[in-house]
Amino acid sequence: MKLFRMIGLALLFLLATLSLSRAGEADLRGIIAKFATAKGFSETGAVVHELAATGDPLVERPLAALADGALYVRKADSLVLVGKEVGESVQLFDPLSGEAAGEAAKDDITKIKVNNTLRRVIRDALGTLTLGAKDPAVRLAAAGTMFKTPDAANIEPLDTAIANETVPSVKALLEQARAASVLVSDRPEADKLAAIQLIGARGDRDAVSLLTSVEANASDAVKQAATAAIANINSTLAFWDAGQNIWYGISLGSVLLLAAIGLAITFGVMGVINMAHGEMVMLGAYTTFVVQQVIRTSFPGLFDWSLVIALPLAFLVAGFVGFVIERGIIRFLYGRPLETLLATWGVSLVLQQAVRSIFGPTNQEVGNPSWMSGSFDIGQLAITWNRLWILVFALSVFAVLLYVMKRTPWGLQMRAVTANRRMAASMGIKTPWVDALTFALGSGIAGIAGVALSQIDNVSPNLGRSYIIDSFMVVVFGGVGNLWGTLVGAFSLGIVNKFLEPYAGAVLGKIVVLVLIILFIQKRPRGLFALKGRAVEA
Amino acid sequence: MRGNFSTITKIFSASVVAAGLMMSAPARAADDTIKVGILHSLSGTMAISETTLKDAMLMLIDEQNAKGGLLGKKLEAVVVDPASNWPLFAEKARELISKDKVAAVFGCWTSVSRKSVLPVFSELDNILFYPVQYEGEESERNVFYTGAAPNQQAIPAVDYLMSEDGGSVKRWVLEGTDYVYPRTTNKILEAYLKAKGVAAEDIMVNYTPFGFSDWQTEVSAIKKFGSAGKKTAVVSTVNGDANVPFYKELGNQGIKAEDIPVMAFSVGEEELAGLDTAPLVGHLAAWNYFESIDTPENKKFIADWHKFIKNDKRTTNDPMEAHYIGFNMWVKAVEKAGTTDPDKVIDAMVGVSVPNLTGGYSTMMPNHHITKPVLIGEIQADGQFETVSRTPGLVMGDEWSDYLPDSKDLISDWRKPLSCGNFNVASGKCGGKGTN
Repeated sequence: MKLFRMIGLALLFLLATLSLSRAGEADLRGIIAKFATAKGFSETGAVVHELAATGDPLVERPLAALADGALYVRKADSLVLVGKEVGESVQLFDPLSGEAAGEAAKDDITKIKVNNTLRRVIRDALGTLTLGAKDPAVRLAAAGTMFKTPDAANIEPLDTAIANETVPSVKALLEQARAASVLVSDRPEADKLAAIQLIGARGDRDAVSLLTSVEANASDAVKQAATAAIANINSTLAFWDAGQNIWYGISLGSVLLLAAIGLAITFGVMGVINMAHGEMVMLGAYTTFVVQQVIRTSFPGLFDWSLVIALPLAFLVAGFVGFVIERGIIRFLYGRPLETLLATWGVSLVLQQAVRSIFGPTNQEVGNPSWMSGSFDIGQLAITWNRLWILVFALSVFAVLLYVMKRTPWGLQMRAVTANRRMAASMGIKTPWVDALTFALGSGIAGIAGVALSQIDNVSPNLGRSYIIDSFMVVVFGGVGNLWGTLVGAFSLGIVNKFLEPYAGAVLGKIVVLVLIILFIQKRPRGLFALKGRAVEA
Repeated sequence: MRGNFSTITKIFSASVVAAGLMMSAPARAADDTIKVGILHSLSGTMAISETTLKDAMLMLIDEQNAKGGLLGKKLEAVVVDPASNWPLFAEKARELISKDKVAAVFGCWTSVSRKSVLPVFSELDNILFYPVQYEGEESERNVFYTGAAPNQQAIPAVDYLMSEDGGSVKRWVLEGTDYVYPRTTNKILEAYLKAKGVAAEDIMVNYTPFGFSDWQTEVSAIKKFGSAGKKTAVVSTVNGDANVPFYKELGNQGIKAEDIPVMAFSVGEEELAGLDTAPLVGHLAAWNYFESIDTPENKKFIADWHKFIKNDKRTTNDPMEAHYIGFNMWVKAVEKAGTTDPDKVIDAMVGVSVPNLTGGYSTMMPNHHITKPVLIGEIQADGQFETVSRTPGLVMGDEWSDYLPDSKDLISDWRKPLSCGNFNVASGKCGGKGTN
């Protein structure tokens, strides 16, 4: 009997909880249904607040979908559903359970519009809701959001979260978020002073931002502490700013090096004023585009490898075009720099217009592989992955080129022909052949530079134009005919440019750099590292 | 060897001449057609934007011919290539008017190219339709401005950002390319913001050169400016090629639209086509037209465009709509005047009203600017814009800004008897001076 009663009681309890949760879900559905009738962003925002106020973790799915612009209203029955676009139609899912709810054509559903302000409201609401998530990364993101949007009401949930937290890094951020919330609450002064200390220790721009807004309307003691903390952070940040300028300079230098290194061969070593150099860079970038197009349509899994695949192809394409230009035009013009200049200028126009006719005049989309997107922090220094990889890439291209020039028989022949053409010919070196291959090598290197530059710049027919002047500047400044000169020239120009920019602005900074180079060339016409000996006179 | 090369040059130049003759031959032959000049760069830096407009014009002319032409005659397009070279714009305009005897010209993109052709159009008395949003401070008898004036784009955009929906922005970065359009627009915006009570230290103005590609310093300066505890937004008049690296750097440095939104005046569907827009969702643009606008007129226009260009991935954009409006207005004015004589058409143009693609009518005003709705859109992951705000009515283009001391007393009215583009209401005389 007793046992039966127990079971009966248990059943009753179970039933009660079931119906309770069902009632909760029904309530949620009731609120979600309001999305269908909400007009304007403020009304939609009110519904978001209402949903978030339930504190039910179930609302995460519809809110996240809304933020992504994936929440729809079905026109037929005004039902609010989560949608996923598949080609021309949209697959629909229940907003709470996530169960499939059929498909609909795009015309049969209306998307619930969101804007930045709403997305921020949703982000804040989700922050509080996901504090207890299983994934530490989600908790970290939640703590980060709560730090940026302090609210006195956040203190209690944060206290519980801090007590339950086991991962130290998440815990630290949670404590900072709590401190931020304490600052905007009406807690006693001592709490606030402790909070300022905690936030001051964070030492980044977000901390300054928060403290500045607190500083404006606080009691004297808190104000003083905040001002002191801001001054303290700013002095460390000034130090990091200098580091940042150096990094930006190095990164600009690596781009300049990449753009100029091919020219260091065609102009520096061979002495050909090659105005079509920029177009070789452009051809490399377009090769990357074509490779990515093929990968997108046929082998989507290989996308992260697209740049690696594009590298040898870009080298071959640009190298081949360079070879044809040398054999077809430049070999008739050796020793006549003015005519070479005009002829290669013409070639550059022809190549630009050819690309424009084939691919169209508009920009082409070249995607960043995942390993080249985003950034990471070293202290207060944000370093973007694509810039870092371009630096590594530029230096390795430089190293390989140096090896080829100094350590291979071909490099030896190249240098021999440059030093004394007739002597080299008498020794049995086929000088025309070496000329053609050297020019092809320089062009090929410009082509692989194009692969890297496609990651940070437009892929359009005008791509090369923007690099040609900088490339010549680097080679002339570094010293014609000297690879090391190109390296040093590129990095020093990059760093000087980036140190001038914050003070003089981008436009004036560039002018100052040009004037400095003109003055420098007046003093040392042969650049930083001048070649000595007879080769120079020849 | 030398002989070889010069023969090649000779053959080459001969064929160029021949090609030139062939191109101009049909233009001279027919007399029973009405010629329409298209003056857009097909090569050089501006080809990226202007080629599309040339194609759009060809499509509009084709469609008009399919409807039976104009005044019983066929329309004939005369396409020239000013090659992004500003003085060449003036030469090509002269060639179109004097040699090809066109009835009207549709063309130009940059303000400097427009300024370069102005004297030609007033000297030879012809009509230019200018389809691009510009800085204002100009009103010419021979030019019809179908793009937006600053009050049809910049001012409503800033108003939106200041509103609660736009995030109640308190701190402003005015980022632009260093030339006349951004400089004048920013001057107007700065005066406007100060009139709205924004303190001078809450405005940062910065310019970069054309085609600028290394945005690291600028983007980190924006980040720094934005960390002063007040809601910050960037108003970008960055033009053309520089936009792609700018947005890539914003994405990489993790500046999210929810934190620091960027409102752009020169970024449309065409510019986004070269970008992965997933990290840019929520950044804004202000225009008078978006491809995503859901009206039957726009759907038909897009379908026609895809059919004409034979590529259903090509986007449409705001200047294309401006040409659509301008061309239809010209057709209507010619029908009204019963002739293509520029003098009569110019007089007939004022008051002409044609449907635009956003579900309303645009009217040509006496100041040679048109009425348009102003739309604010947010970038979506698919490279389109979603309209988040729209002015309740149509906004009339205001050529002389009310916020600049030099131009606030000026008005323009090309109807008789005033017939003046810069009438000073304070002194009661025609011939006031604007900022430019």
